Amino acid sequence: MSEQAILEVRDLKMYFDVSKPLVTRLMNRLPKHVLKAVDGLTFSIKRGETFSLVGESGCGKSTVARTIAGLNAATSGEILIDGKNLTGQKEKSSLSDIARRMQMVFQSPYASLDPRWRVRDIIAEPIRAYGLADNKEDEREQVAQLLLQVGLSPRDGEKYPHEFSGGQRQRISIARALSSKPEFLICDEPTSALDVSVQAQILNLMTRLQDDLGLTYLFISHDLAVIDHVSDWIGVMYLGRICEITPKSELFRRPRHPYTRMLLETIPDLKGGTERKPMEGEVPNPINPPSGCAFHPRCAFATEKCTRERPVLKGYDMAKVACHAVEDMRI
Amino acid sequence: MSVVDIENLSIEFPTRRGILKAIEGLSFSIEAGEILGVVGESGAGKSLTGNAIVGLLEPPGRVSGGKITLKGRDITHLSENEMRRVRGAEIGVIFQDPLTSLNPLYTVGKQLTQTILTHRNISYSKAKDRAIELLTEVGIPAPELRFDAFPHEFSGGMRQRVVIALALCCDPSLIIADEPTTALDVSVQAQIIALLKDLSRDKGVATMLVTHDMGVIAEAADRVAVIYSGRLVEIGDVRSVIDAPKHPYTRGLMDSIPQIGQNLKYLPNIEGAMPRLDGRPDGCAFNPRCKMVKPVCREEIAALRATENAGQMAACWIYDGGHKYV
Repeated sequence: MSEQAILEVRDLKMYFDVSKPLVTRLMNRLPKHVLKAVDGLTFSIKRGETFSLVGESGCGKSTVARTIAGLNAATSGEILIDGKNLTGQKEKSSLSDIARRMQMVFQSPYASLDPRWRVRDIIAEPIRAYGLADNKEDEREQVAQLLLQVGLSPRDGEKYPHEFSGGQRQRISIARALSSKPEFLICDEPTSALDVSVQAQILNLMTRLQDDLGLTYLFISHDLAVIDHVSDWIGVMYLGRICEITPKSELFRRPRHPYTRMLLETIPDLKGGTERKPMEGEVPNPINPPSGCAFHPRCAFATEKCTRERPVLKGYDMAKVACHAVEDMRI
Repeated sequence: MSVVDIENLSIEFPTRRGILKAIEGLSFSIEAGEILGVVGESGAGKSLTGNAIVGLLEPPGRVSGGKITLKGRDITHLSENEMRRVRGAEIGVIFQDPLTSLNPLYTVGKQLTQTILTHRNISYSKAKDRAIELLTEVGIPAPELRFDAFPHEFSGGMRQRVVIALALCCDPSLIIADEPTTALDVSVQAQIIALLKDLSRDKGVATMLVTHDMGVIAEAADRVAVIYSGRLVEIGDVRSVIDAPKHPYTRGLMDSIPQIGQNLKYLPNIEGAMPRLDGRPDGCAFNPRCKMVKPVCREEIAALRATENAGQMAACWIYDGGHKYV
């Protein structure tokens, strides 16, 4: 698998120190608080595939995206792109080459585009940063091509972001991400700020680009229907850890982890109009997560063992699940 | 009798470049105990309608025509003082973001009792009892203890429950819920929807549920109104609108929602985007994106007419005077 894997993440940890300031802490004898946003994640993505991370807000899925993109320095663990280690990479030139091949599309097309830049400059920035154009003429040509590729017109390059609707802005974000000719795109909730009819347009665009350019996606979303539409593989996250990794078909046909089952039950049923079961409770505070399996306070299958011992990912057919109940064949 | 009646409502924004008509000729009513879902793309005017009902239109926006009747009383042009007595007492409002609709500096208890005391002539201790009763009703555990907590001490879902309690303070007959679940996780979303449904069923509250999420509508609403570019294009019973949409826009919208197990490579989508207020085409506003467009669609707007489904109405030339439809 690692042969064709474009991205490999090994035991990735991202901790944030959320303690009170040092002096306050010393005066009041407060302990240090560490938020374990990502706590030991291992997965890999094959070239040309879409791997999705799904989970409730606060489960750490966006932190994973930002850490892989290099926006956070990982606390520990390894991130490998084509076998080259990104973490602890000192040499700037090789880092920049890896960075070029990996770009990110953010959730809010309103916050991620500089309102004072013309669209052509926004899209040309990565081209300039990596010196990918021979001259001004070449750069203009590349920007025009990118605009066409995402379904806008080359004339739109002269405009400012505020002149576009949310969906068009997300197209601009995608054009910018594509401008450094990446092989791998990290998409953090790219459609959740958009209307459904526009969401369909953007998802179709992403599918087409994947076909045309052979892109690999790491897709982050909380919307299971969108996840089902785009993914090849899915990782379900809960409180900074993966509780289930499976191929798409397996997840929806045969969810194994109790949390995955709960998530699937909460999907609103459009056609049937059946009442969904409201999920009990909420995500616990990640600063002080429950002992053992973090999901045990909400889990119907929890036993004493679950409160004590943290389950590890084990393989079942194609899937990997971290659950004592599944392991002991109780469910 | 319906709780709220909207007749021919129009809302406009005077600008330097002329008057922009945000809402035109909107009519619907909501019965007691009924949840009416209002859907549409951002900018279609769904929140604007809600704000007009509670008298919270941001100037220069103004109601330029039509009538809003609440329990038989015309509230279209009440003064700010009169409106303040209606709002909170007769109409409860739930906004999208529970963090911005609560005051971070006051405890939840204070915000609840203050609202009750503003509208009701009762003692503080009675108001406090009522507040705790409300917190219990919306499902907040240990309400006596949470009474003295500040909004930031609550999680997102719990905060939205507090906002709902606040809206219920004076037993309103109408609740306007503007995207009440959009800022919440799916798991919490289901809890809040269940709560809204119980309220309308048990207390006979009329609810206007504004959202862009068809899943929420399918689950919570009894009837749905679809708004496109400031006009009502379709209204009807929730199952008929979702299973057999009549207006081409509603059809396109329903098709573009991804569904689990569908296994399509490309989602069917509506090309283009909703026109801006200053760039509406002549005739039906949907005509540039419509697959079934006819010459008449580019000239005149079709009226809302009955379709072959009882109680389901659509504003499309398909249903409006077949003779023009060539």
